[in-house]
Amino acid sequence: MLENLTQSFGKVLDRFRGPGKLSDEHIAEGLREVRRALLEADVHFKVARDFSKNVGERLKGEERLAGVTGSQQVIHAFHQELVALMQGKGEPANLPKNPGHPMVLLLAGLQGAGKTTTAAKLGLWLRKRQNRKVLLAACDLQRPAAVDQLVALGKQLDVDVHAETPGQPGVDPRSVAERALEAAKKGRYDALVVDSAGRLHVDEPLMAEIASVAEAVQPDATYLVLDSMTGQDAVESARSFSEHLDLFGVILTKLDGDARGGAALSVREVTGRPITFLGVGEKASDLEEFHAERLASRILDMGDVVSLVEKAQEVVDEEEAAQDYMKLMEGRFTFEDLLSQFRMLKKMGSMKKIFGMLPGAGKMSGLLDQVDDREIARMEAIVLSMTAAERLHPEIIDGRRRRRIARGSGMEVSDVNRLLQTFHAMQKQIKSLGRMMKGGGRSKKRLIKQLSRSGQLPPFAPPGRR
Amino acid sequence: MVLGKFRKGLERTRNRISQALKRLAGDQSAEISLEALEEILYTADVGPLAGELLEEVEKKYKKGDFSGTGEMPQFLRQRLSGLVQGPDDQAKPLSRADKGPSVILIVGVNGSGKTTSVAKLVHWYQSHGCQVLVAAGDTFRAAAVEQLTIWCQRLNTELIRAPHGADPAAVAHDAAEAALARKADVLIVDTAGRLHTQKNLMQELEKVSRVISRKIDGAPHEILLVLDATTGQNAVQQARRFQECVPVSGLILAKLDGTAKGGAVLSVGRELKLPVKFVGLGEQLDDFEVFNPQEFVDALLEPQEA
Ligand SMILES: Nc1nc2c(ncn2[C@@H]2O[C@H](COP(=O)(O)OP(=O)(O)OP(=O)(O)O)[C@@H](O)[C@H]2O)c(=O)[nH]1
Ligand SMILES: Nc1nc2c(ncn2[C@@H]2O[C@H](COP(=O)(O)OP(=O)(O)OP(=O)(O)O)[C@@H](O)[C@H]2O)c(=O)[nH]1
Ligand SMILES: [Mg+2]
Ligand SMILES: [Mg+2]
Repeated sequence: MLENLTQSFGKVLDRFRGPGKLSDEHIAEGLREVRRALLEADVHFKVARDFSKNVGERLKGEERLAGVTGSQQVIHAFHQELVALMQGKGEPANLPKNPGHPMVLLLAGLQGAGKTTTAAKLGLWLRKRQNRKVLLAACDLQRPAAVDQLVALGKQLDVDVHAETPGQPGVDPRSVAERALEAAKKGRYDALVVDSAGRLHVDEPLMAEIASVAEAVQPDATYLVLDSMTGQDAVESARSFSEHLDLFGVILTKLDGDARGGAALSVREVTGRPITFLGVGEKASDLEEFHAERLASRILDMGDVVSLVEKAQEVVDEEEAAQDYMKLMEGRFTFEDLLSQFRMLKKMGSMKKIFGMLPGAGKMSGLLDQVDDREIARMEAIVLSMTAAERLHPEIIDGRRRRRIARGSGMEVSDVNRLLQTFHAMQKQIKSLGRMMKGGGRSKKRLIKQLSRSGQLPPFAPPGRR
Repeated sequence: MVLGKFRKGLERTRNRISQALKRLAGDQSAEISLEALEEILYTADVGPLAGELLEEVEKKYKKGDFSGTGEMPQFLRQRLSGLVQGPDDQAKPLSRADKGPSVILIVGVNGSGKTTSVAKLVHWYQSHGCQVLVAAGDTFRAAAVEQLTIWCQRLNTELIRAPHGADPAAVAHDAAEAALARKADVLIVDTAGRLHTQKNLMQELEKVSRVISRKIDGAPHEILLVLDATTGQNAVQQARRFQECVPVSGLILAKLDGTAKGGAVLSVGRELKLPVKFVGLGEQLDDFEVFNPQEFVDALLEPQEA
């Protein structure tokens, strides 16, 4: 453990970097990684490019964080922006209320996106969560057995369906929707969910048709139903649907698979409308309300970096860390310091895996490789059996005290001896480290801060913070 | 392969491609051209593979390999169409049994276009003079059987079906027997949509395939994975997982009539060496064509209108 600490100091001294701001280099590096991740996740090429550029602009001149690399900090900042963007305004699942009138929801989208299934899911959701009496309207008169599909789903869920026979005179989507709305009013339903046929966004007659359905029933909310596996084309289709319809939100389906769902970001950018619900299975109950944080993590898929930075933010305070290193180097290293080191390392222990996966965190992961949770727990138990005086003045620990400490911690005296040896060795090492860094107190402190900003110093837990 | 109703015809497409690629190969600086190319490839869902291709092109640029106009476009067209395979024989895209019925099993994720492709395939076989039998192997989704029933009525073909919720392997078994008894030329088996991440459903699929192979020698003669052309990089994962479960022999790329370019099949083709047999170009029976790599690549390189 200690050797590693020394090593990283040494390496840092030659790799010492400039001022404590994010450099253009850091930003470019971080954004390159982010952009690659976004493209792999099917975020539209231009959206990925523009979005990362904008975030990069905002990051210019930002202070460096201690304990992580510059590009890691950039990735984290990007993640935050992504969450903020996806969150949008308002509570999207808060469907508008229109007392005395059935609330009307219209579903639109490409073929096979999941509209009909989602209509049934919404029906169930509205009944269960909002205690509404729901009517489903089967307005897909095009696809073979689309009406049967909705009728069957309604029967399974015990939700009423307004269905007419396709191919009969007067049975067109607009008229069926109008009659369904009438039926909903007459039957005192609180909600009407209108299913529609899948259509290509470039099919002008069919796009005009759905616009006309919307005009007839004046939906309180029109949703674009989008398959989460969609690639770059999501931008094209979403643009066209939002031009023809006044979209309220987007419902993302088939998220129970392993698609990263980057199309959601593209669609969010293009339509400006929030993602509202998520389809997570074929069953009617497989509908979830949207969580920006979760979807952002899924799209970026750099949760390891993000949580690393968050933990580093949590554990390390630059100023205090610098104080601690100062204190260490002045040789006033006590068992209290060691205790807080242990606690720190235990916190970091859960990050061991994370560190291992990170390129560029090699120095810290080397340090953490030495961390054996059980060993730390044993050493900690020994220190905890010491009195306050013993912790601050280790030189008073004689043979009698050693036996007492061993008994108190359930260890052998030899264990206590080993810990004391290690402790003295550490004290010596730290003193010599201090000598390595010549110069007055102020400049030393500055150097330490800079080192730790550039991510080269292991974070050190300030005493008293746990 | 015609480029769908919404394309203005192949000739115009070719013109526009050469326009775009001339820009790429022409007098403008390599940097600008590569940027344009990058956009074309990525927005066509070529994905991470685009990065590799761009590097290749850039290297060749620097070596001065593209001296004359048109050399770079030509290189790209060849390079891309080399990644995705079509049927060896355009006239006979699917394998046939030596004797007895040929069995085609249709698989894929939810909503990709399987059932519609089954209907289109029936139509295609019928136009080649074959007698076709269909099995309604999706006993799970609401009205999936009814959907196929309507198609089979229109096609005037017999459908082997079981009630909703029946074991799909049992349906496949009965259909195989019926195909033998009726001496049908072809049996096409539809299956329920399933995400490749669902283990139990993938096992179910494996069982359907096994039952068929026990009943008829060498069957299924083709297992076709239906991919939705609007799907992005997940297509690779789909193909991989389905391939691990059953011996997929080829792809059907459905919904290529929209603005999606279907570039993800390049990665699928490269990684899994699966030929694309057909493309779906609409919701009607004859919106279906044998895949042609060259035409596909030309359409892919056509820049997005906007
Ligand atoms: N795994 C999974 N499957 C889903 C989800 N939503 C829908 N599906 C399935 O996707 C397929 C297509 O769903 P539909 O509801 O028929 O889609 P649609 O948009 O109405 O299709 P068209 O009316 O033909 O345009 C079906 O197999 C559904 O069971 C989901 O969230 N997860
Ligand atoms: N535009 C277009 N639509 C298509 C094409 N192929 C299928 N569709 C439509 O896509 C939707 C889904 O097609 P299905 O054949 O039901 O898909 P599936 O894979 O059987 O769906 P599940 O059984 O629910 O998993 C339907 O609305 C079809 O009409 C195509 O090539 N082009
Ligand atoms: Mg539908
Ligand atoms: Mg189907």
